Amino acid sequence: MALNTGGHARSVTRVYDSTLQSVDDAERLALEVAAQTGFREDDVHRIGMAVRECMVNAVAHGNRYSAHKKVEFSLSTDGGRLQIRIVDQGAGFDVEALPDPLAEENLLRHSGRGIFLVKSFMDEFLVRRLDPAGTEVVLVKNLDAPT
Amino acid sequence: MSVKLTTRQVGDVSVIDVAGRITLGEGSSALRDCMRDLISKGHKKILLNLSEVSYIDSSGIGELVSGFTTVTNQGGQLKLLGLTKRVQDLLQITKLYTVFDVHEEEAHAIRSFV
Repeated sequence: MALNTGGHARSVTRVYDSTLQSVDDAERLALEVAAQTGFREDDVHRIGMAVRECMVNAVAHGNRYSAHKKVEFSLSTDGGRLQIRIVDQGAGFDVEALPDPLAEENLLRHSGRGIFLVKSFMDEFLVRRLDPAGTEVVLVKNLDAPT
Repeated sequence: MSVKLTTRQVGDVSVIDVAGRITLGEGSSALRDCMRDLISKGHKKILLNLSEVSYIDSSGIGELVSGFTTVTNQGGQLKLLGLTKRVQDLLQITKLYTVFDVHEEEAHAIRSFV
């Protein structure tokens, strides 16, 4: 783990295998840093859950649990701004093409709620396809954002 | 501990007491297997007691929905009991709170099955 602290800024970077254990580890790290940053208990929970959902996407849907593919996970805080970046090596996905899980016809679908929950829980959610492969997801939560 | 499932019978209602985390992997698959087992044995009145569930992710929500649709399609009923505030919030955000019949007291939930 790389850990840099300077003033109020802090950053952590890890490279994870494409396993569910990595999902647990990344979530635990995000919970720890979010709590240390001063987020309220409910927001800490939401940040952890957003990280879990994005890590599952990276590990399971992006890298398809491949032993040859990694997930780059970085987390930084600057003042009250927490930013999390998750990069996989998969084929990528079009976030705009995801069906609306709140639409009547989709309410009883088994899957398709993960990204919706992430958007609900975080202040910013950005997805970018990388060339030649991979997806970069950036999550931001601000300490003083209205809830 | 990921998840612990205990099944008991109250009259003709099968109660599944769920404790722990229902997340992708062991937690959600254990819940899926438990519900499938009951359904395959002809149990059509299922009450999921979630009062000891500390965490549920989108995969876990998916298992609740799948259980609900499977039981409903077979003419049965699946209801929820004892939601923690976080699980309740998740079901409200995803608009599923009104899909499920949710109860706070077990006796009341048992009586509600027809």
